[in-house]
Amino acid sequence: MFEPNTYETVVGLEVHVELHTKSKIFCGCSTSFGAPPNTHTCPVCLGHPGVLPVLNRQALEFAMKAAMALNCQIADISKFDRKNYFYPDSPKAYQISQYDKPIGEHGWIDIEVDGKTKRIGITRLHLEEDAGKLTHVEGGFGSLVDFNRVGTPLVEIVSEPDIRTPEEAKAYLEKLKAIMLYCEVSDVKMEEGSLRCDANISLRPYGQAQFGTRAELKNMNSFRGVQRGLEYEQMRQADILDSGGKVVQETRRWDETQGKTFTMRSKEEAHDYRYFPDPDLVQIHIDDEWKSRVRASIPELPDARQARYASEYGLPSYDAGVITSSKKLADFFEESLQYTKDAKAVSNWIMGDLLGYLNAGGLELEDIKLTGQGLGEMIGLMEKGTISSKIAKTVFKEMLETGKRPQQIVEEQGLVQISDEGAIAEVVDRIVSNNPQSVEDFKAGKEKAIGFLVGQVMKETKGKANPALVNKLLLARLNQ
Amino acid sequence: MALFDLRLQEVHNQLKKKELSVGDLVDASYSRIAATDASIQAFLTLNEEGARAAAAEFDGALTAGGELGLLFGLPAGIKDNIVTEGLLTTCASQFLRNYDPIYSATVVKKLKSAQTVTIGKLNMDEFAMGGSNENSSFYPTRNPWNTDYVPGGSSGGSAASVAAGQVYFSLGSDTGGSIRQPAAYCGIVGLKPTYGLVSRYGLVAFASSLDQIGPLTKNVEDSAYVLQAIAGYDANDSTSANVDIPDYVSALTGDVKGLRIGVPKEYLGQGIDPKVKEAVIAALKQFESLGATWEEVSLPHTEYAVATYYLLASSEASSNLARFDGVRYGVRAENPDNLLELYRKSRSQGFGSEVKRRIMLGTYALSSGYYDAYYLKAQKVRTLIKQDFDNVFKDFDLIIGPTAPTPAFRIGEQVGDPLTMYLNDICTIPVSLAGIPAISVPCGFADGLPIGLQIIGKAFDERTVLRAAHAFEQHTEHHKQRPQL
Amino acid sequence: MSITIKDVEHVANLARLELSEQEKEQFTSQLNAILKYAEKLDELQTDGVEPTSHVLPVHNVTREDVVRESVTNETALRNAPDEEDGQFKVPAVLE
Repeated sequence: MFEPNTYETVVGLEVHVELHTKSKIFCGCSTSFGAPPNTHTCPVCLGHPGVLPVLNRQALEFAMKAAMALNCQIADISKFDRKNYFYPDSPKAYQISQYDKPIGEHGWIDIEVDGKTKRIGITRLHLEEDAGKLTHVEGGFGSLVDFNRVGTPLVEIVSEPDIRTPEEAKAYLEKLKAIMLYCEVSDVKMEEGSLRCDANISLRPYGQAQFGTRAELKNMNSFRGVQRGLEYEQMRQADILDSGGKVVQETRRWDETQGKTFTMRSKEEAHDYRYFPDPDLVQIHIDDEWKSRVRASIPELPDARQARYASEYGLPSYDAGVITSSKKLADFFEESLQYTKDAKAVSNWIMGDLLGYLNAGGLELEDIKLTGQGLGEMIGLMEKGTISSKIAKTVFKEMLETGKRPQQIVEEQGLVQISDEGAIAEVVDRIVSNNPQSVEDFKAGKEKAIGFLVGQVMKETKGKANPALVNKLLLARLNQ
Repeated sequence: MALFDLRLQEVHNQLKKKELSVGDLVDASYSRIAATDASIQAFLTLNEEGARAAAAEFDGALTAGGELGLLFGLPAGIKDNIVTEGLLTTCASQFLRNYDPIYSATVVKKLKSAQTVTIGKLNMDEFAMGGSNENSSFYPTRNPWNTDYVPGGSSGGSAASVAAGQVYFSLGSDTGGSIRQPAAYCGIVGLKPTYGLVSRYGLVAFASSLDQIGPLTKNVEDSAYVLQAIAGYDANDSTSANVDIPDYVSALTGDVKGLRIGVPKEYLGQGIDPKVKEAVIAALKQFESLGATWEEVSLPHTEYAVATYYLLASSEASSNLARFDGVRYGVRAENPDNLLELYRKSRSQGFGSEVKRRIMLGTYALSSGYYDAYYLKAQKVRTLIKQDFDNVFKDFDLIIGPTAPTPAFRIGEQVGDPLTMYLNDICTIPVSLAGIPAISVPCGFADGLPIGLQIIGKAFDERTVLRAAHAFEQHTEHHKQRPQL
Repeated sequence: MSITIKDVEHVANLARLELSEQEKEQFTSQLNAILKYAEKLDELQTDGVEPTSHVLPVHNVTREDVVRESVTNETALRNAPDEEDGQFKVPAVLE
């Protein structure tokens, strides 16, 4: 059994993120997802004899941007190397990658787990090309290769072995994803494979300085999968150590459906990649001017935004953290604030109704029609007393579904709050005369009875009566 | 006088005056091939249909009038490691015997816009690995001067076809001497330009940091014309030099007065055939009589060049040739049991022994634990070799020596002894490692076999190289000799 | 440093070459001869010498992020030894 008091878990993550350039890293083929097989290919990305790569400057600058956002030092001189291995998804039988001069090194990001902030080191970030896609023919008679994806630019981000729990691993990935989205270098869709994660995990007795023997986990296709895979592996390794055994250094595959990891290959079968500088590409010299230009394109990052929301708008740190965890959500929040000054109200609507709706439906912000402007305007209508908070719920629901502006919804459905004292007084009179029992109860000191009467007035006015006015007029009538 | 012995300007004038048609040139080419190629074996693939269609089109343009480029209508042969869309490109390898390219090399496009006619694809050592054409996996090309002898290599077909008058000019590629050495063996002119001057896009890579395409021609003037057509920056080649291309033909002034020539003692030392040495000395005296000066210099790291070259070139080749895996093109072994078998059998059946040997050497040199000792060490020695040239060029305009230490050898004579074969390249390899331009021009004969003079220049100074080669040629008769076929 | 048949087998495996027994022996002796010759380089003191990867002082060669037309599926597969459903086919890849 894995007992946190007996063993300390040590995890390092290798994350691949696809950069969303328009064209591939070394040729002009499109990187768009979902095209019919082998229709986004050319002699270069198919690895035909005689072809040569030419580096996409946007891919390079996206990699620099990502490295800077991860607090890396940016190389003055960087270069590309060939990583040699045979596999059907690798058309040249080598991958153009970076070996000893990556774009960025020595970075870090802060993660928050159980309310505590922890710094995770980033060993390096380098730029490389993606491989093609292999699928298996039913019945095991062969495999098919589609090279549309080959040559999509990737950054590989390697963390220091600073992660100690599966929860920290998940938090690290979520933070990484948020930063990539903020930088707008990737759309980070794990289901489309634009973020992939491998993990190195080992256990050591508490207090031991030396790392234990590690296993490399592959094939974890979601953040949850990473967490579960690490949890399983933690147990497996603990069981081995408990029984006096030795963990074998190997690559293991996570099986999502079985919830287990399986041996893929042992260390003896490990590759000898024969890295050497790619003679078809030239060195990259990154001067200070270039670095500052790229740095200037990085927007305010999640940590900075979270702190600002807390100080500027007085949001609770937790709420600010949730809202800034996604750039789209934070931008939504800020858009709303152009239409209302009540940041807390906006935050409350986001934290409650909006996220509740999205989570329940498994939706993303871009899947719904509601805009930040819509929410801001709706809160504005509440502030002006045009609609009640009760009506706002109706308006909000309508905005989620149709994307209509709140003013339009209110007008179309006649939802404007009734603040005309005469009109409300008329209804109050009628309700009081129709409910003598409740009136008597009230006069006998049963304060609760007024609630029933207010409810009746609201029902009669289809919820549009101004609740404060209703209360005031009802009390006046009853105390006559 | 044979059609292809006419000067380029003369052919051009006759075409313009309609005394000659492109169809005539193409006919001359194919009839010469029909008469001689059974014994020379310079061609692997003929483009007869395509060439005749192009000739008809060009002759139509002739009738219509208008400006013609100087290379208009000239029959050209292309080394079979230069990719030609719609025309088989095999690299003389069984592995690519059915490879039907889906694109064309930049130089092929440039020749197309210069309106030359592609006659066919020329034989070579498999994947350009070799110096004799004996490593062609189809058949060896023979030397037109004596068909018992090798034409040199790896551009042996390119050299032999020009020497045999089958084409007006050809393109070859040079990694460690593969244009210059066969040009020397076949008695013609072969130019290896500065690395980066001619685009490598579409040249099937052997050793990427060394490979360079260049012209093989009957004389220096033609060399300048063809270079003019193929040189220039190419956005598809990251190692292509973004430099202004000068006018090469205008450099051919015939004047070499005051040129300072360095003669490396290492190129005339041990292992050199006395007749070759004699011819080189005679050439130097010729230059002297034309007003140039020469003195002995030293390129002290010359003796390390061959080892450096074989480590670097083989390492790069081991990676460059990995793409020949039988997945996307080329010949796949029949009925492989599994993926590993597919790779191993396809590659083993597809590659000849020299190619395998170099892949083995390169893979070993790059493998875990040996990189620093071999590849990195060789890259450092390459720096020293390059510095040798830089030092000499501080005081000299050109370096002159033999192209190869001996004339052509007999077919079969050096097979089975790779190291001796490698040492034939002792005079050309250092130049390749330094990335600088050099030309081989005929400078004599030994027992009926041609001898080549190598003229080496500073980076991007092809003008001076061509000027000296041209001046020498104007005052000698060697280049006018033709083999009896 | 001397190469054994075992080294040759290991290297052949990395290079995905299948060698006959005769080839293994031949390559062992030839590679030994070539590498022995290459030991010449050890005579040279190269500490502090910069390695040359490129003879030209060219750097920062890049292209704009512009999509260019791809080839058709038919062209991509023109030379394919085996294909199915617009894809390249290989023996089953296990993993």
